[in-house]
Amino acid sequence: MDVIRQIRFVWKPALFLLCLVPALLVVTDTLGIGGSLGANPIEEIQDRFGNWALRFILITLTVTPLRQLSGRNWLLRFRRMLGLFAFFYVLMHFLTWLVLDQGLLLSAIKEDIFERPFITLGFSAFVILSLMAATSTAGMRRRLGRNWQRLHNGIYLAAVLGVWHYWWQVKKDISEPLVYAVLLALLLGYRVWHHRTRAQHRTGQ
Amino acid sequence: MLIRRPTDIRSSEITPREVFLKRRELLRTGLLAGGLAMGGSAIAAVLPPERRAKLPDVVPGKFSTDETVNSYTDVTTYNNYYEFGTDKSDPFENSQEFESRPWTVKVDGHCEKTGIFDLEDFIQPYALEERIYRLRCVEAWSMVIPWVGVPLADIVRRHRPLSSAKYVVFETLLDPERMPGQRSRNLHWPYVEGLTIAEAVNPLSLLAVGVYGEVLPNQNGAPIRLVVPWKYGFKSIKGIVSMTFSENRPRTAWERAAPHEYGFYANVNPNVDHPRWSQARERRIGSTGESGLQSIFGAPKQETLMFNGYGEQVAHLYEGLDLRQNF
Repeated sequence: MDVIRQIRFVWKPALFLLCLVPALLVVTDTLGIGGSLGANPIEEIQDRFGNWALRFILITLTVTPLRQLSGRNWLLRFRRMLGLFAFFYVLMHFLTWLVLDQGLLLSAIKEDIFERPFITLGFSAFVILSLMAATSTAGMRRRLGRNWQRLHNGIYLAAVLGVWHYWWQVKKDISEPLVYAVLLALLLGYRVWHHRTRAQHRTGQ
Repeated sequence: MLIRRPTDIRSSEITPREVFLKRRELLRTGLLAGGLAMGGSAIAAVLPPERRAKLPDVVPGKFSTDETVNSYTDVTTYNNYYEFGTDKSDPFENSQEFESRPWTVKVDGHCEKTGIFDLEDFIQPYALEERIYRLRCVEAWSMVIPWVGVPLADIVRRHRPLSSAKYVVFETLLDPERMPGQRSRNLHWPYVEGLTIAEAVNPLSLLAVGVYGEVLPNQNGAPIRLVVPWKYGFKSIKGIVSMTFSENRPRTAWERAAPHEYGFYANVNPNVDHPRWSQARERRIGSTGESGLQSIFGAPKQETLMFNGYGEQVAHLYEGLDLRQNF
């Protein structure tokens, strides 16, 4: 089996199942199989999905640096799936809030989105990732042409909004959002650095 | 409701010092003489030091709600007690080694009877009461908890505050060796909380030494904590080592950490939102009492009540006060 087929039929399905594990754990813990969600199950579900959303955004943003630094171009073949999992966990986080936490109470939902800045931030990130997920197919990429890349650069903004959303939500102990912020700063910083050095090479400096 | 001012207590009502010092002896001889005829209610609060020990002679107190009480697990594993860590499960996980005995409470400031009191002496001679109160956290969740304790008013009055005393200020133990959360600087340690004198002598205010008829677990603030159910949970300071009668309003721990978000009064108020989230509704922890799907799909939030539903007892304390300014 050549490498491309191996990626397609072995590694991608394996990674797909691995990425589903956090969601499956939420299901089993909800049903009380082998674990539990604790005293505040809805908050626990919402926090887990939110955390995994941020982790998958950061993992997705790691693909390109890893590819460039290692020269392993096949890594790129996993990027879309990882990005779609980031969206999946953001969507689950959003739905948990909408249905379980707010109980679909429209007045409260509207008030939260428009009047609570940290929710406005999270909601904006969700909208950006939704647009990216909706245009993630090869056909949409062709149709959108140059605009596709512009739209999909939105991941940087969504990542910043997502970490900010988490930072702003915690009561006092910012140690966990700080970890995300530092990792995101490294990933974005790498891109700035890479862009600069490439530009220098091009102009022969 | 008539609340006697502290200065109304006549000196004849106060136990003479020599009798006070011999109280254990008196109790012993009294027991020997009277035997069982004395009855349980005559015996003042006794605090067994063992964990989960049953508290003896607990009498039902006033103001208890008949709402469904939260499970022992909810009450003892989902806590905010930053001295033991900031996650809800941290206080349970990190406080099991903590030894809450021996324990003393220092009473000082503007009062006649100052000193350092052994825990048992501090709450003597009052009978232990069970009070089933709602607890509303500033994070918009709530529980119903069966506390056991003594009315704060009794203890405040016994120390005979001077007329210059306007506030009662409490402090939590400062001991980073035993309280690992104090090694990080999430809050300014020790934790400080306070009440106005009028709030402190309100009949609702309780100094709790137990839950569920048992000795207070470490994660809930052993061995002694405040319970003021019409205020957000962070006012109910845990692990109290000092009570100071003060002329000045203290800078309380959360007020100091984020003054625009947490005020001195911190009365439960559905009309005044936290700057970052709504206080109009709350999630009752474990409200379905079931595990599984029902606990997540069958648990809508409920409306938060003004003063957490204790307006009848406390609303008069805040007449003329702008609660939006004094949040």
